[in-house]
Amino acid sequence: MDLYGLFYDLFFDYTLRTVAMGSAVIGIVSGALGSYAVLRKQSLLGDAMSHAALPGIAIAFLLTGSKMPLVMIIGAAVAGWVATLFIMSIVSSTRVKYDTALGMVLSVFFGFGLVLLTLIQKRPDATQAGLDKFLFGQAAALLESDVITMGVLGAAAILLMLVFWKEFKLLSFDSDFGATLGFPMRALDVLMTTLIVIAIVIGLQTVGVVLMSAMIVAPAAAARQWTDRLGVMVLLSSFFGALAGISGAVMSASVQRLPTGPTIVLSVSLIVIFSLLLAPRRGLLWNWMRERRSRGRLRIEGILEDLYSLALEHKDPTHAHSTSVLRLMSAGKGGVEKSLAILRDRGLVEPVGADEWALTKEGLARAQKIARMGGGASGGH
Amino acid sequence: MGIEQIEIQMIAALVAVTCAIPGVFLVLRRMAMMSDAISHAILLGIVLAFFVVRDISSPFLILGAAISGVLTVSLVELLGKTKLVKEDASIGLVFPLLFSIGVILIARYAWNIHLDVDAVILGELAFAPFDRLVISGHDLGPKSLYVMGSILALNLIFILMFYKELKLATFDAGLAAALGFSPGLIHYGLMGLVSVTAVGAFDAVGSILVVALMIAPPAAAYLLTDKLSNMILLSALIGIISALTGFWGAIAIDANIAGSMATMSGVIFLLVFLFAPERGLVAMARRRSRQRWEFAGRVLAIHLLHHEGTPEEERESGISHLEETLRWNQRFTMRVIDYARKKGLIFLDKDRVKLTETGREYAGRSVTEEYIQ
Repeated sequence: MDLYGLFYDLFFDYTLRTVAMGSAVIGIVSGALGSYAVLRKQSLLGDAMSHAALPGIAIAFLLTGSKMPLVMIIGAAVAGWVATLFIMSIVSSTRVKYDTALGMVLSVFFGFGLVLLTLIQKRPDATQAGLDKFLFGQAAALLESDVITMGVLGAAAILLMLVFWKEFKLLSFDSDFGATLGFPMRALDVLMTTLIVIAIVIGLQTVGVVLMSAMIVAPAAAARQWTDRLGVMVLLSSFFGALAGISGAVMSASVQRLPTGPTIVLSVSLIVIFSLLLAPRRGLLWNWMRERRSRGRLRIEGILEDLYSLALEHKDPTHAHSTSVLRLMSAGKGGVEKSLAILRDRGLVEPVGADEWALTKEGLARAQKIARMGGGASGGH
Repeated sequence: MGIEQIEIQMIAALVAVTCAIPGVFLVLRRMAMMSDAISHAILLGIVLAFFVVRDISSPFLILGAAISGVLTVSLVELLGKTKLVKEDASIGLVFPLLFSIGVILIARYAWNIHLDVDAVILGELAFAPFDRLVISGHDLGPKSLYVMGSILALNLIFILMFYKELKLATFDAGLAAALGFSPGLIHYGLMGLVSVTAVGAFDAVGSILVVALMIAPPAAAYLLTDKLSNMILLSALIGIISALTGFWGAIAIDANIAGSMATMSGVIFLLVFLFAPERGLVAMARRRSRQRWEFAGRVLAIHLLHHEGTPEEERESGISHLEETLRWNQRFTMRVIDYARKKGLIFLDKDRVKLTETGREYAGRSVTEEYIQ
């Protein structure tokens, strides 16, 4: 499919447009609220809630006999809530640790959901068909009305997030301080958890319970690399989520046998990898370059210091010394000539004769300054 | 009960025990969520190994899966070491990606073979007895019985061989390292074990329910005992009970067996959570209430002793005055007096409360214990 055709379909093909819009909504909402989950070290709570939603969906169907998205979403949200409550009370009243409680609630709820699902599938009527699509999601089955439901719920969640912006910021970074200021931190915690549950359940139909947790963690983790500000992080995270959602939906629509949920996860993971490598100041590549640079600087300073300490033995501080002495002093670390060349270019040392180097006036001043500052980190002594 | 049903129960119990053993260490080492990551990520290993050997029943699939499990753990740790993301986030980033790649590979290149993602996630224990081990015409029983049996043996050998190392590395990793044991080696050995167990078990119960069987029984056992060896035995026992009750529950309502086993393991945990003799909620509530009465009785006795023989005794030992000085409401005061009388600490003299000899001694001891020590 050519690019023009792709864009044409994106706007005018019902299925692709619906799926892309749905995925974008999921990306935006889970990206924004996922930021809080990641900052509060609750990344895996999303995993637990999405798995735990399965029995909720089944029970909602058993009670109402309807497959309306809103019914499913309410069922999933209630179950996700109950699961969170279980986790919290197990952790607070026994010595069982958080990760154990999380894993157990996740898998037990999911198992119970499976039991209910198999029961439902045995019912004679055909209304249940497609309920198991919640496991892995089925984006192609999205209707425009589903997307509207998702959009309204998501918008409500984001609106609440904005209304309580300052309180949630406090909750994420210094909850104890918030409590001393008189904010109801427990209630805020409950509200935040509810919003995250909403973010998860609106995505279940498209991405599925197994992979929905990635949509909470990944955009936020990627956004975290680019900024230290909460506002920027939430915006970026939503953007990454939407980008992954749309690109995943388009890719899976234009290539045969490419399931939507996994493709979205794949593209959001690529964004994460890209961010981990390239983000300025935090990224791995950036770190590597900085380390290289500071190593080089230390080496050069070391040479300068060596020359200075040699010069202290003489009356004339600009007394020249041979390269081999310097090489000996830098304890086998290479690059003495290269460092000397750099120092010469900066006018800090000058060659004397064939193989000897001396400090210039500027070099001397600089070396004294380094020595005064301790210079302990320069090594080689 | 047909022979198949017996075989299913045997397989189920075997899977439960095999999962519970490494699960104990996952729970104790706070790595429970690793089992979730591993059990998802092995899908990729299985798919890749399948592309190499082109045989869905090859034992190399297990090897591939086990390698991918260990790889997942190291990827998670590598990502965590960069300090760019928190540890929990790194788990949440790694396994969905590996799982997604696995699902996509199946969907693109292996969609026409029997490698069903649903089966990987959900498992279907009911079909396990149909895949039988036949050697030169003799039917030796279901294949998964042998597979799980071997994995259980492997688990037992590892645990027994490295019991003290595991124990030390689990409870005091620093000391273990200082004494020259290699915590890293033990760690990766354990992770390999979890991977192999997950591969063997997911065939029968599906990957997410492997997590249930690995975590829930040890978590329940953790509330019942303080001894590592007891915890392992109890976990195995709870695993077996979950498996069998789960099986019969599933038969009764005609539902997914693996899901029912996971549900039962959760129910058992819930029962233990509520009724464990020392750490259960009920026992804790009881203990708290007992301590409350004991404390109140002690306060009463001390108060009486304090004013005994002084001019204020008459006033201070009046019931209505007690309410005021000790800030108790009337009902509570009466109940404390009842409690203290039953314990023989006090007796009533009209509406005055007086210490008995026992009460005097008790109050005196309380004071010295608390203030002089």
